[in-house]
Amino acid sequence: MNPEERHIFSVLVENRFGVLARVAGLFSGRGFNIDSLNVAETHEKGISQITLVTHGDAQIIEQIYHHLNRLIDVIEVTDLTAGTHVERELLLLKVDTPDSQTRAEILQVAEVFRARVIDTKPASLVLEITGDEGKLKAAIELFDTYGILELARTGKIAMLRGSEK
Amino acid sequence: MELSGAQILVDSLKREGVEYIFGVNGGAAMPIFDALYDETEIKLIPMRHEQGASHAADGYARATGKVGVALATSGPGATNLVTGIATAYMDSIPMVAITGQVFTHYIGSDAFQECDVIGVTRPICKHSYLIKDCEEIADVVAEAFHIASTGKPGPVIIDIAKDAQIHKALFQYPETVDIRSYKPQVHGAPEQITKAAALIKEAKRPMLYAGGGVVLANATEELRQLTNKTQIPITVTLMGLGAYPETHPLAMEMPGMHGSCCANYAFTDADLVIAIGARFDDRVTGDLSKFAPNAKKIHIDIDASCIGKNVPVDVPIVGDAKNVLTELNKQVGTTDIDPWRNQIQEWKQKYPFEYEQKADKVMPQYVIEQIYEHYSDAIVVADVGQHQMWAAQYFKFTEPRQWLNSGGLGTMGFSLPAAIGAQLGCPEKTVVNINGDGSYIMTIQELVPAVTMKLPLKVFIINNMYLGMVRQWQELFLGKRYSAVDYHDNPDFALLAQAFGATGLRVEHTDDVAPALLKAKGITDGPVVIDFIVDEEENVFPMVPAGAGLGDVIRGLS
Repeated sequence: MNPEERHIFSVLVENRFGVLARVAGLFSGRGFNIDSLNVAETHEKGISQITLVTHGDAQIIEQIYHHLNRLIDVIEVTDLTAGTHVERELLLLKVDTPDSQTRAEILQVAEVFRARVIDTKPASLVLEITGDEGKLKAAIELFDTYGILELARTGKIAMLRGSEK
Repeated sequence: MELSGAQILVDSLKREGVEYIFGVNGGAAMPIFDALYDETEIKLIPMRHEQGASHAADGYARATGKVGVALATSGPGATNLVTGIATAYMDSIPMVAITGQVFTHYIGSDAFQECDVIGVTRPICKHSYLIKDCEEIADVVAEAFHIASTGKPGPVIIDIAKDAQIHKALFQYPETVDIRSYKPQVHGAPEQITKAAALIKEAKRPMLYAGGGVVLANATEELRQLTNKTQIPITVTLMGLGAYPETHPLAMEMPGMHGSCCANYAFTDADLVIAIGARFDDRVTGDLSKFAPNAKKIHIDIDASCIGKNVPVDVPIVGDAKNVLTELNKQVGTTDIDPWRNQIQEWKQKYPFEYEQKADKVMPQYVIEQIYEHYSDAIVVADVGQHQMWAAQYFKFTEPRQWLNSGGLGTMGFSLPAAIGAQLGCPEKTVVNINGDGSYIMTIQELVPAVTMKLPLKVFIINNMYLGMVRQWQELFLGKRYSAVDYHDNPDFALLAQAFGATGLRVEHTDDVAPALLKAKGITDGPVVIDFIVDEEENVFPMVPAGAGLGDVIRGLS
């Protein structure tokens, strides 16, 4: 067995009906996995970007790359993991704050993670945290000791460093 | 002047040079059929089942190299097309399938005869379009034909809401098509071609392995030049038969599960395999761990995702076979491989395709040999099963597009409608349909349009009263437990042909085979069906059992 690797693909697509289904169908039809998926419009009209995290051995990753390229509506596929890159994810956390002491502690911890308070109610806080996978994992573990009421995260987005495109 | 969407569609198809549309009418496609009613440039061929329409369009495309067009209504009309679309997709056949869709405002409401055709066909087509606005029709048709016929060809679906067929717009057909997200790589990388030429020069036991891609790319001439220049032995797959004349001394015939021992032994011993438009299909390679273990591999294919999919490749070349071979031919010369060629000749002579003539039985292989004897120039359209393998083995194909069959999906029922498409596409040719008793009855209804159009099809049924290929596996691997394969209850196909208005003959003795084939030759005012009642339990050999290596081929006759 070849070692499995995690890869992040940036896929530029025509912003047309059914594109996401074609991309997702490519994975489900071949038994490949999608670990995380993010879709949004780009600054160029009519072009959307799909950031897709997947894993597999080198042969599967190569197949995924070629099959993505084969879709008619796919303009460009970049394997971001092939170069040095930055990746970020956005996390929203609603945390239980039953008393003022807990609330103060949570706000201190929030500072450590450079989290922003974006909503506050007497018994709860909503925090916004960005970071890579490791940071978000650590944040979730820590805040969970206080009681996470609700959690939402975006899935990863990523970009090559420097002037590479 | 403004035209209806349906008229725009028909005019667009004319701009694409469409000669025939194979279809079945129905509610959501009625405006299109209505626009075709007065049409003189495009002939509408009413089939009896939508599956027949898609296979006929496919057969037309395979025989001519042009894009085949099928047309059906929404819902069940569209789902009936699906088998034919999947068949075309697996064999990379250029096709455009047009389906009517319910009115835009009904889409998604579970309306009568509504089906999400785009969703259903997504994994079995090259691309698809849903049209809700008649303004889009002309552009979409131009794109669809471009996509279907370029790069790795394949079926494209155009689903048109009924209101878009009825509403009016100005007809303006695009002069060129430019899709920024679709630029097939047709030229092979020069440094890769040079590497390939170097490997060919060094090899002591090289072999060419050519597939259907050579036919699709119209690269037969270039393949023959490569073979002539290098004198390297060649095996051509089931999908590529005819790309190289099987009558040539360098031809090792078909490889794989029911291929020639020579081709399979060659793979096992080769030190270089040059794959061209072939995809290392499991039916060709057998057990991958034992496949061509000593060989370096060069793989030329238009589809990058095909390269390295099953077998690791040393020199991948992504490009159109015609372009790549043209460049490769400039860099190769004669090879110094006499011992290897002698080995190949020895295998060829020692292990030809052979069978035992049983007393009082019509042997299916004999029927094929006789068909070859009498119809060697014909286009042969085979179905799927034992007869298909016997036809591939015993008919010696010499020209591309002479052999049409559903190699990838293995669709029973493909051949009769496909033969109709082939005959319309190639009216000057004789079209022979070699069918099985199981596959024939799956699309037998298409004999109706064949009779109506007086097509001189030769329908030859290799009738062993069984679903023969499955029965063979049951005999060899399941202790002769013949579950659901006994077809002795089939009707008399000769009488049935007569009921359809065709000529029907039944042959039960070896001596009657040749006279019947001769008689069929003389019948040119409509289809002739000959029901050859053959040995019921004859098996297809050689055979590489599923999961075995090619070297472990069972030769059959001891």
